[in-house]
Amino acid sequence: MNALSRRDMLGMLGMAPLAVGGVARAYGETSAAPGAPAGAPATQTIAGRARRRIQEQHLPNLPLITHEGKRVLFYDDLVRNKNVSMNFFYAKCDEICPLVMANLAKVQRLLGKQVGRDMYMYSFTLKPAEDSVDDLREHRKMLGALPGWTFLTGKPEDIETLRAAIGFKYPDPAIDQDKTQHIGNIRYGNEPLMLWSACPGMAHADWIAETLQWMIHPQVDRVQKS
Amino acid sequence: MYYNVFGEKVSKRRFKQMCAAAKNRRELIAAGVTSRREMFKMGLLTAGGLLIAKHGLSSRAYGQSVTTNNPASGGGTNLSPGTNQNCVPGNQTMSPPTRPFIVPLTVMPTARTVPSLTPTPTLNPNVGAGEVRAAPFQAPGISMSRFPVVPQTLYQFNQRQFSTSQHPDLPKQTIWGFDDGTGPRSPGPTYQAFYGKPQLTRNINSLPSITEVNNTGFGMASVSTHLHNAHNPSESDGNPCDFYTSGHFCDQYYPNVLAGFNSTNQPNGDINESLSTLWYHDHRVDFTSQNTYKGLAGMYCLFNQFDTGNEETGFRLPSFPQFDIPLIFADRTYDPNSGDLVFDLFNLDGILGDKFLVNGTIQPFFQVSPRRYRFRLLDTGPSRFYEFFLTGGVAAGSPTTLPFYLIATDGNLIPAPVQVTSVRIGPAERVEVIIDFTKFAGQTLYLENRLNQINGQGPAAVDSQVAPQNSTTTECSLVLNSNQPAIKAAGTGDLIMQFRVTGPQVADNSVNPASNPSFYQLPSTQAAPRIVRTFKFDRLNGQWSINGQFMDCNTFRFAVQQNSVEQWLLTNLTGDWTHPVHIHLEEHQILTRNRVAPTVATDMGRKDVTQLHPNERVQLFFRFRDWLGKYPMHCHNVVHEDHAMMALWHVVAEGDDVNVP
Repeated sequence: MNALSRRDMLGMLGMAPLAVGGVARAYGETSAAPGAPAGAPATQTIAGRARRRIQEQHLPNLPLITHEGKRVLFYDDLVRNKNVSMNFFYAKCDEICPLVMANLAKVQRLLGKQVGRDMYMYSFTLKPAEDSVDDLREHRKMLGALPGWTFLTGKPEDIETLRAAIGFKYPDPAIDQDKTQHIGNIRYGNEPLMLWSACPGMAHADWIAETLQWMIHPQVDRVQKS
Repeated sequence: MYYNVFGEKVSKRRFKQMCAAAKNRRELIAAGVTSRREMFKMGLLTAGGLLIAKHGLSSRAYGQSVTTNNPASGGGTNLSPGTNQNCVPGNQTMSPPTRPFIVPLTVMPTARTVPSLTPTPTLNPNVGAGEVRAAPFQAPGISMSRFPVVPQTLYQFNQRQFSTSQHPDLPKQTIWGFDDGTGPRSPGPTYQAFYGKPQLTRNINSLPSITEVNNTGFGMASVSTHLHNAHNPSESDGNPCDFYTSGHFCDQYYPNVLAGFNSTNQPNGDINESLSTLWYHDHRVDFTSQNTYKGLAGMYCLFNQFDTGNEETGFRLPSFPQFDIPLIFADRTYDPNSGDLVFDLFNLDGILGDKFLVNGTIQPFFQVSPRRYRFRLLDTGPSRFYEFFLTGGVAAGSPTTLPFYLIATDGNLIPAPVQVTSVRIGPAERVEVIIDFTKFAGQTLYLENRLNQINGQGPAAVDSQVAPQNSTTTECSLVLNSNQPAIKAAGTGDLIMQFRVTGPQVADNSVNPASNPSFYQLPSTQAAPRIVRTFKFDRLNGQWSINGQFMDCNTFRFAVQQNSVEQWLLTNLTGDWTHPVHIHLEEHQILTRNRVAPTVATDMGRKDVTQLHPNERVQLFFRFRDWLGKYPMHCHNVVHEDHAMMALWHVVAEGDDVNVP
């Protein structure tokens, strides 16, 4: 994993910059319920309850392994207090993965130094039994991924839980079990501000990059000239 | 050369896949295996079949045996009559119980005008004052005297966060609404607009700043307010790609002018293009579902010399606002413990709630007098389809279906009233009906939704099931079932609101719809199109698409020629899904559905949303008139819309020739 960002460090010290400072104060992160992750939001306020609900239903604190072989927890280490993009792939996927992953490589370059500082990109393998940590590292290298874009695997059952939790599952179980049809979207979000949506991984890279910028800089106005 | 069922050229490889899937399918049918569930259980999901499914032809590959999966009605105790309490798909939780019919219906007040705006509206966007608008107003450029930059009718709408009760059995909810100066409300105030009276609304984003971290779990406080179905210039349309944050505003110019006023039917436009029921809602790209769910929607009623709002003049429809009532439907889910309004942020398919709101409260009652009423029904989604019935005899245990009159589809009066026993609408569609309560004095009637739907796919067979796996988890298992009708028996559907015919006897001077009055005639669709365009609605690896492409604010997919006729072919390749497709700027008429002329009343009038059912092909007639600029088309299942099932196009002087944009 990357070193703690300035935001993480400030957050832990209770001295976060303005945008995130409110989160720490509003949610009183020290009063987590039993069984909840150490940093889980407290629930005295609507916002706190909402953030907790999102964490409980969609952002499980599952153990995962990075392409560097490092053990991490999904919520605590990857998502909490961060802006993120998340997608699924597998190394031998020759359907849409090459398109989506090449797109993400372009997106990373478009976002530049923000990735790893203001935006964390995560790609999870759909086939943890097939893709070893070495495979992930090789695949990542082949794509020319830069720091801030982490490839992850885990126990097959945990990957399945994660896939359902963050909305990469079809309602039809037959289609859902066919990995060649796997969902090619990119889930993006700003965890502390509870801003979440998704865009197609096959959309134009510059448009994906623009949508990810909304998580980093949500206070942006836009007009489209015709 | 190889062709698919649409007569389109396909590659040899694709053709082989299709043949293999068809062969597999025939073998399975011969073996008596006809549902996807059975195939899955038997491990018969073949590569050929799945390849076809992957390309969006799943239903064709498997035949019509499976409609969809699961109603929210299996198992458990129904805690609240008329609502589905038991299991909500999509990993959502069950809402707490609420007592039905204890809250009176809220009728939104008519929006209040203001004498002036500060700063005064300007032709060009007033960037210095914080205005975010894409272009100068177009209307004053056509006629400054007819469309002055500052028209007489002005509104100032602040979009605000506020606290309100949606039911006394739930805590107050923190939601978003519109404030015309009398306080924020959701649904917002109802506009009472008139043809020939241009108006301007200053839409101010006064929501909490996005970075203030008091988000209630969903919603993006960055807005664009669309006036749905208005024949409006593009800069005032409320485009999803134009949005602004807290502290900023947009002046939106609503000319209230008939289509054709500056083209085919100068100077006043075609009276047969009159609109009556429009609605306004947030349209922020990628976040429309969340922002409208949070409350940013309201009604816009547009009147003219025939549809006057006075039952003693013109068409003599029941008078506004006493007997002409907007009914805005929304389904929602609440946290089972805290009672907070919740939204499933991680859903790609569509979201269903287990509580039904009408005009902002759950299952209200409405006291009516024994006379005729005009109701304007709007389905705000996010993803639910309804088939409304008027049900009597519930208390006596013998539910009966009562007839009523359909007078408008998508807010467009049809040529003459049609007596019906039910009417089906999907997200963003409107219908207007006349219900005559004269014979029911003292009785209690219900507006009942008998349409079964269990997830975002659309209406579902009644015997499909979603069953809770156990009483403590939020997981639901799907039980796929077969070809039953999607309509439930009388009295077993969702009793969404209650009519108590206990109001005083009052005069009724409105027209009797049984006397066969006539309204507007349908505009001719004989003109030859300049171009025929094809739009395939599909799902490519979970990504909602139109013609294999995805929403992108920076790309105009095609250019429509101003004042030209086009035909659009909408094709649904997504198997079991229904998509309510909405096109901005101009209404359309359905020429054919699956190559035959429309057969149901709700397909025969002028439309701005057309339901594209599984595997359908719909042919639409358009005239794109008067205005220039950018507009979108999109699926109005707002979850699909937010996940890129949308295309941006524009109207220009010289159109392009792109047949498959």
